Amino acid sequence: MLCTPILSTTHTHIFSLSQIRVKPDHSGVVTDGVKHSMNPFCEIAVEEAVKLKEKKLIKEVVAVSCGPTQVQETIRTALAMGADRGIHVEVSGKDYETLGPLQVSKIMAALAKKEEAQLVILGKQAIDDDCNQTGQMTAALLDWPQGTFASEVAIEGDKMKVVREIDGGLETIQISMPAVITADLRLNTPRYATLPNIMKAKKKKIANVKPADLGVDLTSRIQILSVNDPPQRQAGVKVETVDDLVAKLKETGRI
Amino acid sequence: MAALFKARKVLGLAMGCSKRCLTQLAELPEIHQMLRQTCRDFADRELAPIAGKLDKEHAFPAKQVRELGEMGVMAVEVPEELGGAGLDYLAYSLAMEEVSRGCASTGVVVSVNNSLYIGPILKFGSEEQKKQWITPFTTGEKVGCFALSEPGNGSDAGAASTTARQEGDEWVLNGTKAWITNSWDASATVVFATTDKSLKHKGISAFLVPMPHPGLSLGKKEDKLGIRASSTANIILEDCRVPQGNLLGQRGMGFKIAMQTLDCGRIGIASQALGIAQAALDCAADYAHKRIAFGAPIGKMQAIQFKLADMAVALESARLLTWKAALLKDAKKPFSKATAMAKLAASEAATFISHQSIQVLGGMGYVTDMPAERHYRDARITEIYEGTSEIQRLVIANQVLKEYQP
Repeated sequence: MLCTPILSTTHTHIFSLSQIRVKPDHSGVVTDGVKHSMNPFCEIAVEEAVKLKEKKLIKEVVAVSCGPTQVQETIRTALAMGADRGIHVEVSGKDYETLGPLQVSKIMAALAKKEEAQLVILGKQAIDDDCNQTGQMTAALLDWPQGTFASEVAIEGDKMKVVREIDGGLETIQISMPAVITADLRLNTPRYATLPNIMKAKKKKIANVKPADLGVDLTSRIQILSVNDPPQRQAGVKVETVDDLVAKLKETGRI
Repeated sequence: MAALFKARKVLGLAMGCSKRCLTQLAELPEIHQMLRQTCRDFADRELAPIAGKLDKEHAFPAKQVRELGEMGVMAVEVPEELGGAGLDYLAYSLAMEEVSRGCASTGVVVSVNNSLYIGPILKFGSEEQKKQWITPFTTGEKVGCFALSEPGNGSDAGAASTTARQEGDEWVLNGTKAWITNSWDASATVVFATTDKSLKHKGISAFLVPMPHPGLSLGKKEDKLGIRASSTANIILEDCRVPQGNLLGQRGMGFKIAMQTLDCGRIGIASQALGIAQAALDCAADYAHKRIAFGAPIGKMQAIQFKLADMAVALESARLLTWKAALLKDAKKPFSKATAMAKLAASEAATFISHQSIQVLGGMGYVTDMPAERHYRDARITEIYEGTSEIQRLVIANQVLKEYQP
């Protein structure tokens, strides 16, 4: 049985799913005034961390988020779910616009070392950019084993058993700790924070850290050329017979 | 001269508590914002999707009530030592509004448990009574109800004809209570009965009765216009015996207990009305964006815009009155006038807004495919129970006249 701190990232502070509009200059989407909330896969990650703590398999849960001041709300939600303390890595303005998996994983790796964490749990991907890279990159930077797309996680001594959802079905692996886990949909059902826990969350500490303090360079290797709406859906064409269908498909160069 | 002085005195009293209250009215404190968001998430994900089905099937939302219990919503004001959330009435009002926005029936179940059942026991019960009758009702596993109205008297609460006589170390209750919310799903009730009819309202006492219990039976479930997932029925008491220790407060205190309980209950119902109104406004505003008529979304038309504006103003005014009432109660200041105003404003806003919401939706508002017709049906009861709009007007007028007493 290990009693160890664990980092759980809530770094993905995503925009609400409705009414996304592309900026007029096509450099990105409008984020001002759009409601932000915790990435659903990160909620599942926080829930798993809290569950492990309740089973007394780990000692402390630290919730981490990278971004402007707004992300503190997301960290507080994690605290209300049962995390012990939070770390807010301040990234704002231009740096935040270009913040991607590589930068976040560098930050997470630095924090994992600094906090002497034994386990880093993240959501498998953010539902705004769908990168599915941060967990894997973090593990690589730390040279730690990784259990990604986890639908079941068990700590057995100093090893972890992870059931992964893969294309062919379910794969069970055993990895040694320290390790990085990314949470998939069926890992658990996140709890609603109870009203008393929301009250208690107010008293829990959120530390402020700058990426420079961690020795992380935020320069992006990627330049966004343009962001565009998907093309408007065109009307379909009806045909009478299968032969007509094949002819039409050939005509439009589809086959 | 004396009248002017008295009026100024009252104004001073009102201003004194306003500094802190006003900032909170403008923007909620962080904890309350988080709480509101949590309840909203729960309502959006767990209540709104099933509200229509619960309404059609008249089905009690047992699973959701248990989950709300786990969150602490079934006992918001109850101290943590007794199993509650240990929060204030503003928190309760916010939780009630969000729950009711998802499902008005679930809202009334929460409200009756919090304000009408737990409320009087928390205020007037002994430590022993609180442990026995409150703690098991904080988890959502059990709910309570409040039996004041009778077939012969609703607004005229002082004319209670249910009797309680002492026999040895027991109380024996006889009579019929009407319109009792939660009755078919409750595990206990606070019953008001008279021990001496000649004393009129001063002869009424309050009793705690477990359910089920020998001598207590339930009438048929009423088939209501709205809030159909909550049960409403008569409670019939025929030589129903309870131990001495089940008297709540002192003998003859019943009417006072009932009136003070309803004062607080009004904040709960006002919040329920706000939730229904908000849901109806959301429905109408969303439709105004999407429905095209005469070549443009109907939201571009002044007739619709004026409706939406009137609806928004009615809702926001009622909400501020409700928050003010909650803040006054939390600050332990006199709050009877404020709660009566809140309940009156919110319930009339709910019926107005849900009515206009159907109008904005046109034909779609009249069919069950859209929730507008359910909001309309759910809203109507808020002007009636826990003090009719007419009673609220009397309470308010009474307070207003007192302020100008020469």
